[in-house]
Amino acid sequence: MSASLGRAAAALLRWGRGASGGVLPGAGVRAASSGAGGGGQAEQLDAMVKKDKVVVFLKGTPEQPQCGFSNAVVQILRLHGVRDYAAYNVLDDPELRQGIKDYSNWPTIPQVFLNGEFVGGCDILLQMHQNGDLVEELKKLGIRSALLDEKTDQDSK
Amino acid sequence: MELSSDYLREKLQRGLEAEHVEVEDTTLNRCATSFRVLVVSAKFEGKPLLQRHRLVNECLAEELPHIHAFEQKTLTPEQWTRERRK
Repeated sequence: MSASLGRAAAALLRWGRGASGGVLPGAGVRAASSGAGGGGQAEQLDAMVKKDKVVVFLKGTPEQPQCGFSNAVVQILRLHGVRDYAAYNVLDDPELRQGIKDYSNWPTIPQVFLNGEFVGGCDILLQMHQNGDLVEELKKLGIRSALLDEKTDQDSK
Repeated sequence: MELSSDYLREKLQRGLEAEHVEVEDTTLNRCATSFRVLVVSAKFEGKPLLQRHRLVNECLAEELPHIHAFEQKTLTPEQWTRERRK
């Protein structure tokens, strides 16, 4: 029994690392949640958003965003020097695409989660970036924004 | 239910008792029904961004499933005044 639990955990760990884009796992892990689409998926999504400090759901991947808004999220994270985050490509999985909207009760992609909590979409992230809130939120997660190391007078805006 | 800028503007105005609403149809940029809105309302006071945006989403709950891309800016009357001064 412990062996199969170990395998499920390993599958969880494989999800969504930036480079591979990441999708909901295949039949193996879903079967473990007794097949009930609704309940099982909410739990899976809950696990996904809590597994990493910074989690984003995008159209496309960080290397190849397929949408201007998703790209904006990727660029903002890049500006702040956030490199280690989980990115899930909703275009790879229609169930994920709808599921995450139901989970956060938010109608659009991209979606940004910090510390397991839904923060908002591109608009909100952009405003947080502009008003300094993002630097603060990252600091709370123990992530030092790269912008703090830049000595420009943009901060006074 | 029609999806015109005027219709959305009116709905937001009523639903959020807004002081000022701007709705821009950005469909041509996005290749599918898309809008960008600015809403100025006292109802946003004291509310963090996410809550404000959720208020707008709720107001347009019927329409949003039919809108492909949606951008929103939510300001309190005070923020709006300050922004206009810039």
